[in-house]
Amino acid sequence: MLWSAVGVLFDGFAYGMLLFLLSVGLSVTLGMMNFVNLAHCTFAAVGGYCTVTVVNRLGWPFLAALPLAFVAGAAASVLLERLLFRRLYRATDLDQCLVTIGVAFMSIAAFAWFYSTEPQSARPPEYLLGSFELMGRNFGVYRIFLAVTGLVITGLLVYSLEQTRFGARIRAAVDNQRMARGLGIDVDRAFLYTFGLGGGLAGLGGALSIEVIGLESTLPLSVILVYVLIVVAVGGLGSIRGSLVAAIVLGITDTAGKYYFPWLGAFLIYLVMVALLMWRPLGLFGKR
Amino acid sequence: MKKLLVATAIAAAFGSAHAQQTVKIGMPLTLSGQFADAASQMLNGAKTYMKMHGDTVAGKKIELITKDVGGPAPDVAKRLSQELVVRDNVDILAGYVLTPNAMAAGDVSAEAKKFMVVMNAATSVVITKSPYMIRTSVTLPQVMETFGTWAATKGKIKQSYTMVTDYGPGHDSENAFTSAFKAAGGNIAGSVRFPVANPDFSAFVQRAKDIGPESIFIFIPGGAQPAALGKAMAERGIDKQKTKVLGSGETTAEAALKSMGDTALDIITAWHYDYMSANPLNQKFVKEYNAVSGGRNPDFFSIGGYDGMHAIYETLKKTKGNTDAEAMIGAAKGLKWESPRGPMMIDPETRDVVQNVYIRRVQKVKGELVNVVFDTIPMVKDPAGERRKQGAAKK
Repeated sequence: MLWSAVGVLFDGFAYGMLLFLLSVGLSVTLGMMNFVNLAHCTFAAVGGYCTVTVVNRLGWPFLAALPLAFVAGAAASVLLERLLFRRLYRATDLDQCLVTIGVAFMSIAAFAWFYSTEPQSARPPEYLLGSFELMGRNFGVYRIFLAVTGLVITGLLVYSLEQTRFGARIRAAVDNQRMARGLGIDVDRAFLYTFGLGGGLAGLGGALSIEVIGLESTLPLSVILVYVLIVVAVGGLGSIRGSLVAAIVLGITDTAGKYYFPWLGAFLIYLVMVALLMWRPLGLFGKR
Repeated sequence: MKKLLVATAIAAAFGSAHAQQTVKIGMPLTLSGQFADAASQMLNGAKTYMKMHGDTVAGKKIELITKDVGGPAPDVAKRLSQELVVRDNVDILAGYVLTPNAMAAGDVSAEAKKFMVVMNAATSVVITKSPYMIRTSVTLPQVMETFGTWAATKGKIKQSYTMVTDYGPGHDSENAFTSAFKAAGGNIAGSVRFPVANPDFSAFVQRAKDIGPESIFIFIPGGAQPAALGKAMAERGIDKQKTKVLGSGETTAEAALKSMGDTALDIITAWHYDYMSANPLNQKFVKEYNAVSGGRNPDFFSIGGYDGMHAIYETLKKTKGNTDAEAMIGAAKGLKWESPRGPMMIDPETRDVVQNVYIRRVQKVKGELVNVVFDTIPMVKDPAGERRKQGAAKK
C-alpha cells in the first residue's frame, strides 16, 4: 500500500515536471507582462512538430532534437511577439484573448495542412524506454528522464533570473518599467527575451510530451491548455516557484486520483484547483 | 450584345436546373476539430471509389458536396443536412463520422425522404432513425459481442478487466463485451472508465496491473490516445504472456502501432478492416488510396466511405438512376458485394451492415508490425439489431 503510494508520487512528480515546462512561460508572460496568451500551447506544438520532423525525416537522434525544439519554440514566440503581440500589450484582456485564440486556431489548421491530422510520434532511444522494477513496482525510465530534465531546467531558470545580470534586467523591467527605462535598460528587449524564453520552454515541453501524451494538430487548444492554465492560476501569476509547486501538486493529484479513485476520473484536479484558489485567491505564490 | 449575354445566362441557369443528369450527394462531415482526421479519411475513401469506378453511374454524374460540422454537434449536423436538402438539392445524404450527428440527420432523411448512407457512426440504434438509411461501416455490438463470446470460448480466457473511454461508444463496447463474455462463462474482475480528454494513462494502467487480471479489454477512440495508452502499458511492464490485452481495431491502428513499437506485440483485437489485409482487392484499393490521400494508408473510416460509395453506385444501377428514396432503399436492401475488407451485405430487414469479424494478433512480419488475422467469424449481423427485431416481433 505504502509502496504503491511511492509509485504514484513518482509518476505524478514526473508528469508535474512536464506540466511545469509547458506552463512556466505562460505564467511569466501573463504575470510579468500582463499578456493573456491563449496561443501558448502553439509553441509546444511547434517544438513537437520540429522534433518529429528532424527525428523521422532527417534521422537526428532524439536527444539532439530537444535543444532544437527549444530554439524552434523560442523563434516562433519571438516572431509572433514582434509581429503581433507587442501591439497588444496595452489592449484589453478580451482583445488579447481573441487575438491569441485566433492564432491558436490558425496554427492548428497550419499543422494539419503540413503534417496532416494524423497523430505523430518520435521514438526516443531505447535506453530511455521501458522501466526497471524495484520491489514489485515499475519505474519508467522516460519518467525519470522527465523529472531530471525538469529539475535541471528549474535550476538553470532560477539561477539565470536571480544570479545573472540578464536576470536582474528582466526583474527590474518587470518590477518597475519606468524606473528601469530611466536606468537605461532596454525594456522592450527584456520583454522579448522573456517571451522567447517562455516559448522555448514550451517548445521543449512539447517535444518531451510526445512520448507521454502523443502529438496531434489539435494540441494548441487541447486539454493540455486547460492543465496549463490551471497550473498558472494555482501557482500564482509570474511566479516560477509557484508554477513549479502547482505543477507538481496537480501532477500528483491527477495521478493519485486516477489510481485510487478512478470513478472520479479527471474531476479531482478541478476540485483541488477550486479548493486551493478559495484558500489563496491569488494562487500559492501570487503577489498581485 | 448585353441582351444576348443575359439570355444565355438565363438559359444556362434553366439548363442546369432541368438537366437532371447529376446525382448530388451531400456529406456533412467533421472536417475540422478533434475528428478532422476521421472525416478526411472517410472522404478520401469515397473519392478513391469514384477515382476507381468513374464519376458517372447509370448515365448520371455523381457530385459530392461537403459541409463542415466541426465536431460532435447534432444541431449543426441537422441544420447542415437540411440546408443540403433544401438549398443544394442533394439527392442522397452520406458520411456521418459521429453517432450524435447521424442520429440528428436521420430525422432529415426520414422527413425529406432522402436516401442516407451512414459511413461510420457505429452505435447500433442509429439505423432506426430513418427508414431510408443504410450503414456501410460497423456496429459496436457486432464486433464487441462477437469478441466477448470468442474470448470466453475459443480464446479460453476466463477473466477480464475492462478499460473504456467514458463516452457513448465506450459504454456500449463495455456493455457488449461484458455481457457476451459473461454469457459465455467469463467473469469480470473490475472495470474503469477513462475521461474523454485524458493525456496520461499511467495511473489507470498501474491500477490494472496491480489487480493482475488474466486479460484486459480496451476500448479507446482513435487518434493520439491509443499510442499514449500503449506506451503506458509498455512502461508499466505489462507482460502479455501473463495478462492478455484485448481491444478494438483502434487500439492497434497504424499510427498507434508505429508509436508503440515492439511493445504492441501480441495484443489481440477484433475488427472488420485492416489496410494490411492480403486480399488482392484490398491491395489495389490501398494503392489507389495512397494516390488520392498523398501517401496516407486507409483505415476503417476510409473503408466505410469506400463501401458507402459502392452501395450508392450499385443502388443507382438497380434503380436506373432514379433517386427516389423508396426506390433506392428497396434496391439497397439485400445488396451483396466483395469489399476490400471481405464479403459484406446490407441486411434486407434491418438495413444494417453484415460482415466478417476478424480476430487478429499483432505480430512482426518482415520487420513490420502487422495485425495478423488468425480467426474469422463469418457474416455477423448486428446483435442489437436482431434483438430489436425479436422485440418488435413479440409485440
